[in-house]
Amino acid sequence: MIRAGRLCRGLGLLRPRPLPDPAGGSAPPSRQLRTGHPQRRDLFSDLEKEVVKFRKKLRQSLPGSDWDPFGTTKGLPPERADVVIVGGGVMGWSVAYWLKALKPQKDALRVVVIEKDPTYSQASTVLSAGGIRQQFSLPENIQMSLYSAFFLRTINEHLGVVNEPPIDIQFNHSGYLFLASEDGAADLEENVRIQRNEGAEVSLLSPAQLKKKYPWINTDGVAVASYGLENEGWFDPWSLLNAFRRKAMSMGVSQCFGEVMSFTISSREIMTPEGELTFSRINYVRVQMPNSLEYQPVECSLVVNAAGPWSQKLAEMAGIGIGPPNTQEGIKLPVEPRKRYIFVWHCPDGPGLECPMLVDTTGAYFRREGIGGNYLGSLSPTEEEEPDIQDLEVDHNFFQEKVWPYLAHRVPVFESLKVKSAWAGYYDYNTFDQNAVLGPHPLVENMLFITGFSGHGLQQSPAAGKAVAELILDNKFSTIHLEKLSFNRFISGEQVLERNIV
Amino acid sequence: SCELQQCRALARRPYGSAASPDPSKGGILQYLCNRFYDVEYLVGWSETLRYRNLRRKNAYCGYIKGIYGDNAAAAYFVLSHRGRVRFQGQETWLCVDRRGNFSYDFVELQDVPVVAIDLAGSVLNYNGLDNLVKLTALKSLDLSRCPHVDDWTLTRLQVFKDSLEELSLAGCPQVTERGLACLHLLENLRRLDLSHLPSVPTPGLIRILVEEMLPRCEVVGLAPAAGAQTSRDGREEPGVPSGDRRAGEIPA
Ligand SMILES: Cc1cc2nc3c(=O)[nH]c(=O)nc-3n(C[C@H](O)[C@H](O)[C@H](O)COP(=O)(O)OP(=O)(O)OC[C@H]3O[C@@H](n4cnc5c(N)ncnc54)[C@H](O)[C@@H]3O)c2cc1C
Repeated sequence: MIRAGRLCRGLGLLRPRPLPDPAGGSAPPSRQLRTGHPQRRDLFSDLEKEVVKFRKKLRQSLPGSDWDPFGTTKGLPPERADVVIVGGGVMGWSVAYWLKALKPQKDALRVVVIEKDPTYSQASTVLSAGGIRQQFSLPENIQMSLYSAFFLRTINEHLGVVNEPPIDIQFNHSGYLFLASEDGAADLEENVRIQRNEGAEVSLLSPAQLKKKYPWINTDGVAVASYGLENEGWFDPWSLLNAFRRKAMSMGVSQCFGEVMSFTISSREIMTPEGELTFSRINYVRVQMPNSLEYQPVECSLVVNAAGPWSQKLAEMAGIGIGPPNTQEGIKLPVEPRKRYIFVWHCPDGPGLECPMLVDTTGAYFRREGIGGNYLGSLSPTEEEEPDIQDLEVDHNFFQEKVWPYLAHRVPVFESLKVKSAWAGYYDYNTFDQNAVLGPHPLVENMLFITGFSGHGLQQSPAAGKAVAELILDNKFSTIHLEKLSFNRFISGEQVLERNIV
Repeated sequence: SCELQQCRALARRPYGSAASPDPSKGGILQYLCNRFYDVEYLVGWSETLRYRNLRRKNAYCGYIKGIYGDNAAAAYFVLSHRGRVRFQGQETWLCVDRRGNFSYDFVELQDVPVVAIDLAGSVLNYNGLDNLVKLTALKSLDLSRCPHVDDWTLTRLQVFKDSLEELSLAGCPQVTERGLACLHLLENLRRLDLSHLPSVPTPGLIRILVEEMLPRCEVVGLAPAAGAQTSRDGREEPGVPSGDRRAGEIPA
């Protein structure tokens, strides 16, 4: 019910716009391949070098002034684009927006966003809980979330479109309340120290303070709690997605509905001190249009992998992770779809307007949904009980057996509640260290990742999209330094762990 | 790129369209329109200027703060927005005269904490609160009829949680129940004026919820009764002062 409403509202905002016609091109993109650089395990300098190369190649393959945004062929992708963004979720559109916002000259870049599902029936963006918090353990995540909060606060200055109504993302201002048991108390306090260091407003509460503030909480087993005082809450994901899309399209990004099925790649083996490595480059993205067996090739200089839960599959199309085991070519993008449920229930006597986004010591969470006594929440299953990911069916027993007991223990009024609805979505879950993957692949030189957010991608999208656009345009990060999140960590084996995963 | 430089050079000319070096391009406006995605991009500049102007008006008075401290800087900010300010132990408010001039007497009170601020009808927004957040003794704050006070602005009021006893948001057009929810942090609040909030959809229910959330606080306004709040044509009447009380007078 909720989702159908959102869908209508979402699609209502979309205005059809002409798609650019790529007919006629100037200098063909360079086919130059990288030659003989030893692959070193130095994360930073490698990343930097890779990106310098991207930029050079991008420059060489920039189109002349043949970019005609009018005469169009409806629905078909352009024959040539500078940046092809695969995945029209919030990440894809954020990158598209930032590429244009940071380079507003008309012919600077041709950007196309390719999305396989115009209804977004499985995209995580629209199936998420819409929460934003600052309470992470990794400084990079806290910085991104602070930037995103700033962006959402001033969203109309960024994404407002002339002659269109102002954007309202329905932001609910309520902090996250993390509860920690005695075992988790030290970690929680350490996290809060890091968060405050980065400028987040977070307060610590003793069980007695907790009880006084929220009389409906049972504080058994709680040693300490932390509450985000500012910049936390939840908002409507559809509104944010549409705002990004509407603005990006008004700035000349084209949208194409079709599925990327394969890439045309050229590759070359190069001897390095670590042995022979295969470097490759995507020359064409092959897109299958709906109701058609034909593939439409799109010649491109750069591919952004924003396919969310499906980003590993897309990476495999470029040969990433399908090489022999124990080689660099065999290292997968460790991002998998993980099915997560969200349940909505009614409880007339439940927590009131002050209800936080409560994250229990057990990992179960809930928040208020509107003001009519409805709540939504869930729990991430353990590694052993990960559900099958074939479809998005909801296992209602999971609520009865796993989620509800925890909730009813923590909030005794929830002993009587009525489940009203439920849905499931896929986390773009990074199995290696539960953190985002941003930036280029070391071997497939022109694929950039923006994925792996493991359940908090929606809130990070404004900052992450900007970071990736900076990388594409300036070959370095300038707003937030996210070198740590590059693919190279999977090669070196150094985890960049995020302790606060919900 | 060199084209970009050319474009910038053109833009610097004072009468670009008349003196365009390349008349075939049809003047600088035409040139810019060709260069940028949309005319909308240019029109968008007027919006940008509006935002910039608002930001300037809400800028942090760092200079005054540096010399006279937080209280004086806050007083200066409030008075320059034609508001009123009261220091601890003072009976009278410092105000501006009809022309908007004010005396700098507050400089002598720089070590006395500010206890009450009335910024009703001003252009204060989220950023403007930079000037007030250090006032740890602030007991009363009147933000009624402020067009730029939105839910995000309310989230910043949590800094006054140990002192604030009285708050008026009456007639703020942007405030919604999604922002009111964060006022639960203001535990010392005794009086909250929420009359005439056009963006709160179900005032009756919200009033009950706010009262439950702040059990020790008297909530004014948000009455579900139609007659009390709406004028004959059904629109809410903006900015009717609640009773003959003025903000800043803490009930005994
Ligand atoms: C239940 C749940 C709750 C969540 N709660 C929160 C939360 O509270 N806060 C938060 O910040 N985040 C939350 N998230 C996470 C957040 O939703 C995701 O991290 C984020 O939406 C990822 O965005 P995306 O654009 O990368 O992915 P998606 O939105 O999934 O977009 C990827 C798109 O790529 C398309 N695609 C894939 N392969 C191809 C192809 N080959 N060709 C063309 N198109 C393709 C897909 O159709 C899809 O639309 C939650 C997620 C779930 C599932």
